[in-house]
Amino acid sequence: MSAGMQNGNNARARIDIRDLSFYYGETKALKNISLPLYDRKVTAFIGPSGCGKSTLLRVLNRIYALYPNQHAEGEVLLDGEDILTAKQDLNLLRARVGMVFQKPTPFPMTIYDNIAFGINLYEKLPKSELDDRVQNALERAALWGEVKDKLNASGLSLSGGQQQRLCIARTVATRPEVILLDEPCSALDPISTAKIEELIDELSKEYTIVIVTHNMQQASRASDYTAFMYLGELIEYGATDKVFTAPENSQTEQYITGRFG
Amino acid sequence: MVDRTLYLRRKAINGAFLTLSAGAELFGLVWLGFILFELIVEGIGGLGPQVFTEMTPPPGSDGGLLNAIAGSIIMSALAVAAGTPIGILAGTYLAEYGRHGKLSFYIRFLNDILLSAPSIVIGIFIYEVLVRPMGRFSALAGAAALAVIVIPVVVRTTENMLLLVPGSLREAAIALGAPMSSVIRTVTWRAARAGIITGVLLAIARISGETAPLLFTALNNQFWSTNLTQPIASLPTIIFQFAMSPYEDWHRLAWAGALLITFAVLALSVVARVLEAQRKQG
Repeated sequence: MSAGMQNGNNARARIDIRDLSFYYGETKALKNISLPLYDRKVTAFIGPSGCGKSTLLRVLNRIYALYPNQHAEGEVLLDGEDILTAKQDLNLLRARVGMVFQKPTPFPMTIYDNIAFGINLYEKLPKSELDDRVQNALERAALWGEVKDKLNASGLSLSGGQQQRLCIARTVATRPEVILLDEPCSALDPISTAKIEELIDELSKEYTIVIVTHNMQQASRASDYTAFMYLGELIEYGATDKVFTAPENSQTEQYITGRFG
Repeated sequence: MVDRTLYLRRKAINGAFLTLSAGAELFGLVWLGFILFELIVEGIGGLGPQVFTEMTPPPGSDGGLLNAIAGSIIMSALAVAAGTPIGILAGTYLAEYGRHGKLSFYIRFLNDILLSAPSIVIGIFIYEVLVRPMGRFSALAGAAALAVIVIPVVVRTTENMLLLVPGSLREAAIALGAPMSSVIRTVTWRAARAGIITGVLLAIARISGETAPLLFTALNNQFWSTNLTQPIASLPTIIFQFAMSPYEDWHRLAWAGALLITFAVLALSVVARVLEAQRKQG
């Protein structure tokens, strides 16, 4: 899927990152990043290992706050409100900004409960409605056909690709506004990868999606906007078409064409 | 080119090392086998249905170990019922809430001391805080002493098992907006369940042979009693008393009791191993 330049003009920034710096203890891992993430668009973060793209993603739902000695400075506005302030309720933030991780992380419970767990956190639904929501989430993650007869089997019994789609279904089921994907396909085979990319395309009609990837083809196929990062700095940001065909920065060009990184 | 002498020398050293390790292993196993053999030979003779149906006898008459078995089960059950929740909650605090905190550092340190504290010290402690104020030995005091032994074992295993739960699983649940308490109850406890249960089983195995703390707390009782505020019999104290006596028939019962405890602990260990294997399979 591609995004023409015209898409960029009328899009609204769902998340606005302003002058963001991030520290692991004393080490500055992100250096004054500013970047918009447009509503119902897919933005890809690319760059060599250690460039800070996963770190940037982990700021957006403040999952880093689990660990001492990690802190962020600057502003991250979600619908105009800074999520980095102390008064931000982290659980509510994470309910709005969902995340899918590199390795599939099914919970040690049934497939059904894996999905219902997130829904039950914030909604009290009657059983039939909950059933519908679970089915809907699994359908959207293109997993329903494969698991509809074994919803009571353990989530751990699924294959790697199925587990990752289960994790996406789990995130979608809670109806977040933004979905963060941290190299969601790096542990998967090409067929599962293709399914997940289709899914991202489908989900981008409703959700603001941010994806971290090492795979250049994936970034060019699946995203509308691309941010290239290097050594904690944002080197180039723009519409994916433009970044991949006519990058402004020579480092970006070299990375995309595989000459470094 | 390959230096043959160097290779052969390394091979010889390897052989010598393997022989030494295997020999040490064998040395340990021989004694263990000897103990088990002796226990079975001496114990099997005293083991009959009356062991499970009759009370401990006076010297020279027939009897069994029923009151001691019941006393051991009652006190162990109470100790586990009291010690397990405290141990699991404390272990959970160490692994989940306070993993990096200073408080956890001190709790961990104290727990390790308690874990290796001689059980007779725990017996004296309970004697001071429970037996003396109550004015008598009691099953309750015995159970309290055993509970103090259970807690550090469960704290340690619970913490270790929770630390084995991958951080990514925890992050995934938190990323859904789950508060820490539901992450723990529905995800990490569940992932560590087999390991935590193993820890509890090992704690039961640990207390089932404890004698010293019971001598100071539950004392002993030649008769049937389920009154928690009265002295109560237990297998280890009966074994201690009967084995020290000059009577042949008491000796036989002591052997039978020792065999019972050994097999109970063995059974618990086997169950713990099976659970552990299940955990590893995921």
